[in-house]
Amino acid sequence: MTTKIVIGLDGTETGEHAIAFAKDLAGRIGTCELLVVYVIEWSPFTFQTPEENALRHKRREEEIELATNRIVTPAVEALTADGYTVQGIVRHGDVAETLNAITVENGGSQIIVGRASADGFKKRLFGSSTQNLVMHADVPVTVVN
Amino acid sequence: MTMLKHLWLAVIAALIAAPAMAQDAPGLDDKINQAFADFTGPFVSFIFAPFPGTSFPWIVGWLVVAATVFTLYFAFVQLRFFGHAISLVKGDYSDPNDAGEVSHFQALATALSGTVGLGNIAGVAVAVGIGGPGATFWMIVAGLLGMASKFTECTLGVKYRNEYEDGTVSGGPMYYMSKGFDELGLPGGKILAVLFSIFCILGALGGGNMFQANQAHQQIAGITGDYPGWITGVVFAIIVFLVIVGGLKSIARVTEKVVPFMGILYVAAALVIIIMNADQIGWAFGQIFAGAFTGLGVAGGMVGALIQGFRRAAFSNEAGVGSAAIAHSAVRTKEPITEGFVSLLEPFIDTVVICTMTALVIIITQQLIVDPETGNYMLNEAGNAIATVDGNSGVSLTSAAFGSAFSWFPYVLAIAVVLFAFSTMISWSYYGLKAWTYLFGEGHAKELVFKVIFCIFVVIGAAANLGPVIDFSDAAIFAMAVVNVFALYFLMKVVREELASYASRLKTGEIRKFEH
Repeated sequence: MTTKIVIGLDGTETGEHAIAFAKDLAGRIGTCELLVVYVIEWSPFTFQTPEENALRHKRREEEIELATNRIVTPAVEALTADGYTVQGIVRHGDVAETLNAITVENGGSQIIVGRASADGFKKRLFGSSTQNLVMHADVPVTVVN
Repeated sequence: MTMLKHLWLAVIAALIAAPAMAQDAPGLDDKINQAFADFTGPFVSFIFAPFPGTSFPWIVGWLVVAATVFTLYFAFVQLRFFGHAISLVKGDYSDPNDAGEVSHFQALATALSGTVGLGNIAGVAVAVGIGGPGATFWMIVAGLLGMASKFTECTLGVKYRNEYEDGTVSGGPMYYMSKGFDELGLPGGKILAVLFSIFCILGALGGGNMFQANQAHQQIAGITGDYPGWITGVVFAIIVFLVIVGGLKSIARVTEKVVPFMGILYVAAALVIIIMNADQIGWAFGQIFAGAFTGLGVAGGMVGALIQGFRRAAFSNEAGVGSAAIAHSAVRTKEPITEGFVSLLEPFIDTVVICTMTALVIIITQQLIVDPETGNYMLNEAGNAIATVDGNSGVSLTSAAFGSAFSWFPYVLAIAVVLFAFSTMISWSYYGLKAWTYLFGEGHAKELVFKVIFCIFVVIGAAANLGPVIDFSDAAIFAMAVVNVFALYFLMKVVREELASYASRLKTGEIRKFEH
């Protein structure tokens, strides 16, 4: 059975560290598939104006395109060029919950993420996405500095 | 951009000139008011004409009959699918792959922020002040029945909306009238759509704008002392202008976030007052039931209570009016009927919960004066409303009721009213715009014309007296309901087919909850 490793990217430099660590791990494991995931932070329970709602679908498509083109596709292409089997996924939602859900859906055996980059106040109040992921994930999580 | 700059300069010039004009033309408010009353009089008289030989306005009957027909036609859908509606809002049935689209919760919250507002605060006080506590009973009945109207129109709104290539959507009664009638091979859909659009524009300018500006001015003037209404109007117009024309979304976003909390705070304060007077809850409900069937001495008796209850409920929750169908049509769902289920929660939250809270607080804090000898309510000097403790009516009656328990609450209420007014204006500017673009086509210049007209009416609304404004606002919104309900009668069989199909798939487990 192929081992699947999920790499959670957040568009910052720490994502590169996560990728490097995943490559190293994949090299040690042998037969391994990588899943590069970017979650666009989004909640279904926010308040919006009617105009924002009317434009929402268009914005969603734009957000997915942007995340795919800028973050996921370059990572997937680089990893493929290095000889890894890679799949890229972009989805909206709560970062920790969605990353875990994607991992479970795809039969991932562990998640690798970079260290959190939430701002001070939000981090103190709700904890960072990374902390939430570590606390609630169904599979082992590796946080890379 | 040049056009925008010119508009900007004109608005700024108007604001700078405002204090000077206030001194030169002290009667400007009166002139605006008189001209407005003269112009809108015949329209208002037609909409509120009573059934021959009675004092019962035909339009109120029209809405109640419609809500009753829909309730029976869909076999009490508002009760059968109430729990399912809550599951949908919670996201239990939302496909995780659709995350990022407008959620059911967001559509509901957006539609609610357009309806929860002055209708719940001022409107209820007007209903209870004129119709007595019994009006509350009829308001609740109207709210419960209205849930079926809302369900019908919002299902159709999503089903027949326009989706454009760029991913944006436009929906609402005008679209289901034209497309739905065509699909069923019925004539006249386009004519109804045009009529609805005209009334929707008037409704947006009336209830969705002038009434809001007017009441916001009353609140601000109540705190700062009296000053000409058009000054508030100009300031409000500038802010609305910045949001809807200037694209300053931050103001709208802040409002959209603050308004729900104001709503929660309002209900919480009402609950605390009711709990503080727990021993009187039984008495208050006794008054509501007794008043519903006897009138307890109010002007017009039981019929007076009923008319006021139904009228204010309709104005507050807008069931059958068609506005919510515009707001809800932004949701991308594979099942249009799910949006119908979600929307039926609106009249429940708006009328059955929030309006009832307001009414209970007014009754429990004994703002309405009772004749100790007869136990009936005493009328004011004019004989057209119940006498209140300080002669208050409208917002000030609600404010006095809450203020009798918490002295600071009138200030919070004033802020809430201004914010509610603003958020309702933003919502209605969108509804009006959708009607406008339906008539004249989409395009920046065409949209700008409507938006500027909308801003001008903010000033007129703030300057005019409440009487003509409230009459025109009600009339314009009810005129939308005349056309909308007419179309719903023809299209309701489409909704029934959707309902039957959905219900059977829900039963067989084809439609199921997602693991989240």
